Amino acid sequence: MSIASPSVPAPAAAAAPAKRRPVVAIVLFALLALLPVAVSLGLPSHWLTLVTRAMIFAIAALSLDLILGVGGLVSFGHAAFVGIGAYATGIMITEGRGEALLILPVVLGLCALFAAVTGAVSLRTRGVTFIMITLAFGQMVYFLAQALSAYGGDDGLTLYERSTVLGFDVFKNRIGFFYVVLGVLVACYAVISVIVASRFGRVLRAARENATRVAVTGFHVGRIRLVAYIISGMIAGLSGFLLANQTEFVSPAYMSWPRSGELIFMVVLGGVGSLHGAIIGALAFLFAEDVLSGLTEHWKVIFGPMIVLFVLFTRGGLVGLMRKLGVGRHD
Amino acid sequence: MTEPVLVLTGVQKAFGALKVTDGVNLSVAPGELHALIGPNGAGKTTLVHQISGMLRPDTGSIRFKGQDVIALPPEKRARAGLARTFQITSTIPSLSVLENVALGVQARASHPLALFRNAARDESLNGPAWVAVEAVGLSDRAHVLAGRLSHGEKRALEIAMALTLEPAAILLDEPLAGVGREEGERLIALLRSLKGRYAMLLVEHDMEAVFALADTVSVLVYGRVIASGDPATVRADPAVREAYLGEEG
Amino acid sequence: MTTGLLIVQILNGLQLGILLFLVAAGLTLVFGVMDFINLAHGVQYMLGAYLAVTFVSLTGSFVLGLALALAAALVIGLALEFLVFRHLYERDHLDQVLATFGLILLLNQGVKMVWGAAPLSVPVPAFLAGNVALMEGILYPTYRFALIGAGLAVGALLWFVVEKTRTGMLLRAGASNAPMVSALGVDINKLFMIVFAFGTMLAAFAGAMAAPILSVEPGMGDNILILAFVVIVVGGIGSIRGAFVGALIVGLVDTLGRSFMNDLLRLFMSAPSARAAGAALSSMLIYLVMAIVLFVRPEGLLPAKGRA
Repeated sequence: MSIASPSVPAPAAAAAPAKRRPVVAIVLFALLALLPVAVSLGLPSHWLTLVTRAMIFAIAALSLDLILGVGGLVSFGHAAFVGIGAYATGIMITEGRGEALLILPVVLGLCALFAAVTGAVSLRTRGVTFIMITLAFGQMVYFLAQALSAYGGDDGLTLYERSTVLGFDVFKNRIGFFYVVLGVLVACYAVISVIVASRFGRVLRAARENATRVAVTGFHVGRIRLVAYIISGMIAGLSGFLLANQTEFVSPAYMSWPRSGELIFMVVLGGVGSLHGAIIGALAFLFAEDVLSGLTEHWKVIFGPMIVLFVLFTRGGLVGLMRKLGVGRHD
Repeated sequence: MTEPVLVLTGVQKAFGALKVTDGVNLSVAPGELHALIGPNGAGKTTLVHQISGMLRPDTGSIRFKGQDVIALPPEKRARAGLARTFQITSTIPSLSVLENVALGVQARASHPLALFRNAARDESLNGPAWVAVEAVGLSDRAHVLAGRLSHGEKRALEIAMALTLEPAAILLDEPLAGVGREEGERLIALLRSLKGRYAMLLVEHDMEAVFALADTVSVLVYGRVIASGDPATVRADPAVREAYLGEEG
Repeated sequence: MTTGLLIVQILNGLQLGILLFLVAAGLTLVFGVMDFINLAHGVQYMLGAYLAVTFVSLTGSFVLGLALALAAALVIGLALEFLVFRHLYERDHLDQVLATFGLILLLNQGVKMVWGAAPLSVPVPAFLAGNVALMEGILYPTYRFALIGAGLAVGALLWFVVEKTRTGMLLRAGASNAPMVSALGVDINKLFMIVFAFGTMLAAFAGAMAAPILSVEPGMGDNILILAFVVIVVGGIGSIRGAFVGALIVGLVDTLGRSFMNDLLRLFMSAPSARAAGAALSSMLIYLVMAIVLFVRPEGLLPAKGRA
C-alpha cells in the first residue's frame, strides 16, 4: 500500500486550530481596509495597485497553505491553477463573455477538473515523486498556454476590458476593485479556517503526521487529500480570475514553475499551516519584490540567496518569529 | 461452538527467497485472548501487518467475521471492526490524547468528513472519546499532546484508539515492549479488564504477561506455527522449549 | 513522412534521450541515496554548457575545453554542496525545494550577469564536423552520432561502476536503504559527496556536450530539469536502469511526437486546426505518457529493488 508520506513535518506544539483566535488576521484585514483611506490622504497610489496584487496572491497562497501547510503536500505546480483561472477569464472576456457570473463557474469547474485528474495520479505517490509530478503537470499547462497562438501564445493576451458583475462595471473603479479583492480574501480565509477546524480538516492534519494511523482508524487518506487538492485548486483559480482582471493581461508566465516556487515561498515565509501566515507571506514577498526590482535589473541575484539563507536559518517563518516576540499568541 | 472471529488459513509471504510467513493457520474465537509468541525475526509483526491489511500475503486466506478480507485495504478492515496497535507507537503527536481518541469516534460517526462541522468542540465525538480515555486510565492526561506522553501512556492511548472502533478483534503488537515495570503492570491490568469482551491477538515477548493473560498460545518460529494450545501445554512442549523458551521455560 | 525523416527523428530522439539520461542518472541517485530533492541540478547542466563556451574559446580546443569545463563544474558543484546542500540533507523536502529554488534564481541571474543574456554557442569541433551518410540521401551530423556514442559510453561506465565496484554496491544499497548503510559503519558523508560529485559531473558533461547543438542561454537548465524529473518518475526513483529506459522513452516520444503530431492530426482535421492542436498536444505528450505510467505503476517502470 502506498500512502503519500509527509514531506512537511507538523509545527512543534501546534495548538488545535479551534482554539486559535484569529486576532492577527482580523488586525490584518482592518489595516488593509484602511489602505484606500491612506491613499486618499496622500499615500502614493502605487501602493493601491501593489497591495491589490499582493492580496490576490495571498488568496492563492492561502489555498496552497491548505494542502501544503495543513495537508503536508508539497505541490510545485500550484501556479497552474492561477493560470487556468486567468486564462479562462482572459479568453472569455476576449470572446465577449466577460460577465463574472458566467466566468466564475467555468473557472471553478476547470480548476476542479484539472485538480481531480492530476490529483488522482499525483496523490498515489510519495514525497519527492509527488513534488516532481506536480511540477511536471504545471509545466504541461504552461506549454499548453504557450501553444494557444490564437490567444497570444508566449507573448500573452491583452484584455481590453474587465469583467462585469451582473452587468455592472464594478471592477473598473480601482478602489472598488480593491475592496472586492479584500472581500474575497476575507471570505476565503474564513472558509479555509472553518475547513481546517472541521472534522475533515482534523483528518487532513492528522494524515500529514501519520497517514498510517489515519488509515487504520478507518479513513481513506487518498480521497481526503484529493478533496483538499480540488478545493485548493478552485480557490487558486479564483485568484487567477482576479489577477486577469487587475492586470488586464494574461500570459503563460502566470503558470510558470518559478511562480509555483514563489507561492511556496510565500507560504513558508509566513509560516506553514497558520493561514494568516500565508497572507503575511504574500504581502511580504510582493513588497520585497517591488523594492528589490526597483533597485536593480538583476534583483534575483539578491533574492535567490535571501531565500536560501531564509531556509537555512529560520524555522517557522515570520509567524514563528512573531510568536517568539509574543504577538498573536495561541492558547 | 461459536464461529471464530479471525481465521488464518495457509497464509504465506515471501520477500524474495526469504519466507517470512510459511503456511500459518491460526484462529481467534470471540472473547478469546490468543497470544502469539516467538523469537525475534520469527515474522510476528509481518503477520500482524498482513492481518491488518498493510501487507498482502502471497497465498492463503484471512477471514474476519466470516468474510474474506484479503482484498480489503486497511481502512476498510478498520471500519469492519478490526483494530490494531503498533509495535512502534503510532499516534498523532500534535493532537491531544482526547483528540486522538476522538478521531476514532469520528471515523464511525454519521458524517466523518464534514467540511463545516467543528471537530474539537464536538460533544458527540468527545463524549464517547472520554469513555475510552477513562477506560484506559488516561483521564488526567486527556489534554496532553500525544507526542509528550510517556511510552506506557502512548501504549494505553493506542488501546483507547482501538476501542473506539467498536472492534470485533484487536491486534496488539508488543504493547509491553520498552515499558517500565509500573506502567507494564497497569497495561497488563488494562488488558485483563478487556479480556472476554473482545477477540484479541496479542503478540508479545513478556512471558509472564503472556502466560497470565492468554487463553491460547501459539508459537511462531521462522514463519511457521510450531505449537498451539493452552498455555500450560505449550509451555511444556519440548519443541517449544528447544526453539524458544530455553531451559528456563 | 518519409523513411529518411523517420530515421533521422528516431536518432534525434535517441540523442535527446541520451542527454536526458546523463542528467537524470545523477539526479535519481541523489534522490534515491540521499532522499534529497535538488532542483538546482538543471543549473549544473547549464553551468557545464557555459563553462564549455568559455574554455573552448580560451583554449581553442574542444576536448581540452570540455575537460576544463568539467573540472570547473565539479569545483563549483562541490562548493555548493559544502555551502548549501550539506545543510539540507536532514531537512524536510519543503526546505530542500525552497533552498534549491533560491539557488536557481541566483545562478540563472548570475549567468546572465557574467555571460550576458544573449544565446551563445560552441563551434562543433573540426574532427566531428560534417555528416555521416546513413542510407542513400540521408545524412546525419557526425557530432550528434558522437554525442550518442559518448553518452552510451558514459552510461556503460556508470553501469560498470554501479554494478561491479564496491562503491557502486554501496550506492545501490544506499538507494534502497540509506539508514541501513549508515548503520553498517559506512562513512555516509563521504558516500553522499561521491554521489553528488558523480551527479554534478554527469550533468555538466551533458551540458557541455549539448553546447554545440543547442543554444546556450540562461534558464536552459530548467526545461531539461523538468524533463529529467519526468524521466525519473517514469523510470523509478533511485534506479539507473529506470533512468536509462525512461530517458529513451521520453526522448523518443517527445521528438517523434513533435515531428509527426501535425501529420497525424492532419488525417482527422484541417491544416490550421492540426497545426494548433498539434503544437499543444505534442508539448503535452510526455506528460500524458507520464500520467498513464504513474496511474498503472506509481513506483515507476523499473524501480530500485527494495523500494515500495
